Amino acid sequence: MSRRHVDVLVVGAGPAGLALAARLAAWGVNRVEVLEREQEAGGVPRHCRRREFDGPGFARRYAEAAVRAGAIVRTGVTALGWCEPPALDTVGPAGRETITATAVVLATGARERPRSARLVAGTRPAGVFTTGELQQAVHLYGQYIGHRAVVVGAEAVSYATVGTLLGAGVDVVAMVTDLARHQGDRLKAVNSRLGQRIPLLSGTTVTELRGRGRLTGVALRHRDGRTTTLACDTVVFTGDFVPDHELARRGGLALDTGTRGPAVDGAFRTSREGVFAVGNVLHAVESAAAVAREGVRAARHVRDHLAGASWPPAVPLLVAPPLRWIAPNRLAPATTYDPFVLRTAEFLARPVLTVTQDGRVLHRRRLLTTAVPNRALSLDGRWVGSVDPAGGPVRVTAR
Amino acid sequence: MTVTAHGALPDVTYDVVIVGAGVVGCAIARELARHRRLRIALVEAQDDVGQGTSKANTAILHTGFDAVPGSLEARLVREGSRRLALYAAESGIPVEPVGALLVAWDREQLAVLPELAAKAEKNDYRQARILGPDELYAREPHLGPGALGALHIPGESIICPWTTTLAYATQAVRHGADVHLDCRVERADDGVLRTSRGTLRTRHLVNAAGLYADELDRRLGHRDFTVTPRRGQLLVFDKFARELVRHILLPVPTALGKGVLVAPTVYGNVLLGPTAEEVDDRTATGSTEEGLALLRDRGRRILPALLDEEVTAVYAGLRAATAYEDYRIRAHPDQAYVTVGGIRSTGLTASMAIASHVTGLLADCGLDLGEADDLEPVRMPNLGEAFPRPYQRPELIAADPEYGTLVCHCERVSRGEIRDALASTIPPHSLEGLRRRTRARGGRCQGFYCGAAVRELFEGRS
Repeated sequence: MSRRHVDVLVVGAGPAGLALAARLAAWGVNRVEVLEREQEAGGVPRHCRRREFDGPGFARRYAEAAVRAGAIVRTGVTALGWCEPPALDTVGPAGRETITATAVVLATGARERPRSARLVAGTRPAGVFTTGELQQAVHLYGQYIGHRAVVVGAEAVSYATVGTLLGAGVDVVAMVTDLARHQGDRLKAVNSRLGQRIPLLSGTTVTELRGRGRLTGVALRHRDGRTTTLACDTVVFTGDFVPDHELARRGGLALDTGTRGPAVDGAFRTSREGVFAVGNVLHAVESAAAVAREGVRAARHVRDHLAGASWPPAVPLLVAPPLRWIAPNRLAPATTYDPFVLRTAEFLARPVLTVTQDGRVLHRRRLLTTAVPNRALSLDGRWVGSVDPAGGPVRVTAR
Repeated sequence: MTVTAHGALPDVTYDVVIVGAGVVGCAIARELARHRRLRIALVEAQDDVGQGTSKANTAILHTGFDAVPGSLEARLVREGSRRLALYAAESGIPVEPVGALLVAWDREQLAVLPELAAKAEKNDYRQARILGPDELYAREPHLGPGALGALHIPGESIICPWTTTLAYATQAVRHGADVHLDCRVERADDGVLRTSRGTLRTRHLVNAAGLYADELDRRLGHRDFTVTPRRGQLLVFDKFARELVRHILLPVPTALGKGVLVAPTVYGNVLLGPTAEEVDDRTATGSTEEGLALLRDRGRRILPALLDEEVTAVYAGLRAATAYEDYRIRAHPDQAYVTVGGIRSTGLTASMAIASHVTGLLADCGLDLGEADDLEPVRMPNLGEAFPRPYQRPELIAADPEYGTLVCHCERVSRGEIRDALASTIPPHSLEGLRRRTRARGGRCQGFYCGAAVRELFEGRS
């Protein structure tokens, strides 16, 4: 197998990976290479098309900017796994190749959990989608979807899904969420319910899919124990994002138990020297614009590593329920932190966030808004200077 | 030498028509195809071969160690096991000889192990050995606490059931057999079958209709057995779980019934199941909330870390259980008819031996077999992780870059493999059929990344 060296090898040509590669190349880093397993660069925005967001345009701009800056973007190439020393084994139409790199950056993104991972029982008919598949079917290929759809989820991506379905001529019968309220944008939720007359069934769980060959309905269980069946030929499972962490895990990187992505510090350093991670593989998910900004911020730290900066040890940063996760989730000394991003599992009205280490309170702040599940919650990082690098894990609680 | 899925049926009189293109029906067609003078048809109600019981089983190549000694099943499983292992190696059907452990979790189960070892001896299987807890945990370090011992059956293997069925059918078709899909047999009289696609005439009839074998049998005037479908729900865990388990972990059968098993699959996943529920509906292949909860509960005891991994797929299959402990294979020479009923989960293992046995019975019914030729071997696309997949073969990619262009990323399926499956002897008629031939869309994302692209290839637009 052929073997080659590059300075920086980025896995994943989504907004985070492309923005990072563009910045490094613009700074004159010699060989910056981005691997993309799809046939086109751009990541998920390639198939996001909404009134307020031209995803394909966004994807194209970032891909072009990276190439213009001098990065090499190789599409149709898959990183299969790791070999020693930090190197990736790849395959593409040109065959197998091992690429060694001074810095590897994982920007592999996130995906939605499909029906099976959510353990929804029933038959296995056609007409069952995730948003990712639906958007590609509609926006990339113009495929036929169906007549009547149920949307599972009521967060930002769920409302985007409703838009995609309506645009494809599919009626939306209902949105279903097991939480007590929607978690999207208030205006969109009102417009969907009153303007488009799509009922939101909150406190409701999809228990079973029905139909042979093609979906004929979904069985629901409501909060009060009532069960009903909604007739539909299409169901879209939206949200419930998980990082695409296969490479991280196969590479033996420490994963954060909350995000399930690689654990990183404020400089996007993972537990393995020379391996960085950036974008939605760290926190599933933030917007394309947010992860592109993150890619830009991470570039500086990758450059420092190329220049010989040390790879410091870190203290774990953990959360307690009802918080689900926080990122970054490793605290390294002498590292600045942009605001941390968190998720909660429950609605919390004006919660108090408390940061402690070994019983010592490092920071306490009351939020002036309601913390909403599936929506970003942020915590500024001014307190990180008071972390004892020799101390125990730092914990964040919400009450 | 045709596969049809619609339109008129040929106006010929076949020598043998086999009803049911499951693993058994396909094996019989393949065996008969060795006899060049015979005109054979395999008719199937669904749109693909292996679409019924054959597609949703535990994918184990058994040794037959626990069959009822002296039964027809015991003999056919023993013989079929050896033949299928050789055939798999020749045809590229993935098999991994991982061995099985029957794990005893209490005193009662532990007490049964010597009886099972003795039964294995009676079934001519001599490698079974009882292991103490130390050796058991050394072999399976992730096993849950509390196991007291196990019976080790080194000869049990895991196999790809889809490729097996397809290999048989492919070879049969290449040697002149006709396959008629979407062709439901509605009435059967002497030599004439009325189907959903018209009339078929035949001199001999084989009933390999699986869950519907008793119905067809009744139409021909026999009341030998009744099929009581037994539903088995199964969970398929993410490939990350594969390193948690090395053997097939079988339950010890006791008076309280059979438990569930944990087994690796040749695709690199881990199976947990099956449930065993008697159902009335022969189409009830849905999973249930209760069934999945029960499996997770059992799985947690056997392999606790398994439950931390994601579930990649959930499925349910129906086994053609009858009131009898043995297969119900009967010849009715006056009708030139052979029933192949009551073939349980061992049918995959026994399939080649069943086929030989049935061929003998057909000869007893007056079928003139004529000369038997050796069949041209088939080489099936490899779906197994223990053997090189196309994306791992530089020489293949150099010859055809389509094998280096991955479409389904979770399962690493190339565009070349999808193209080959669509142009194969028995092409798929649905995305599910394509998945069984290539694994495309069968991975952890279930189509989030590749679903639309695979559909595009299947529908022939790109």
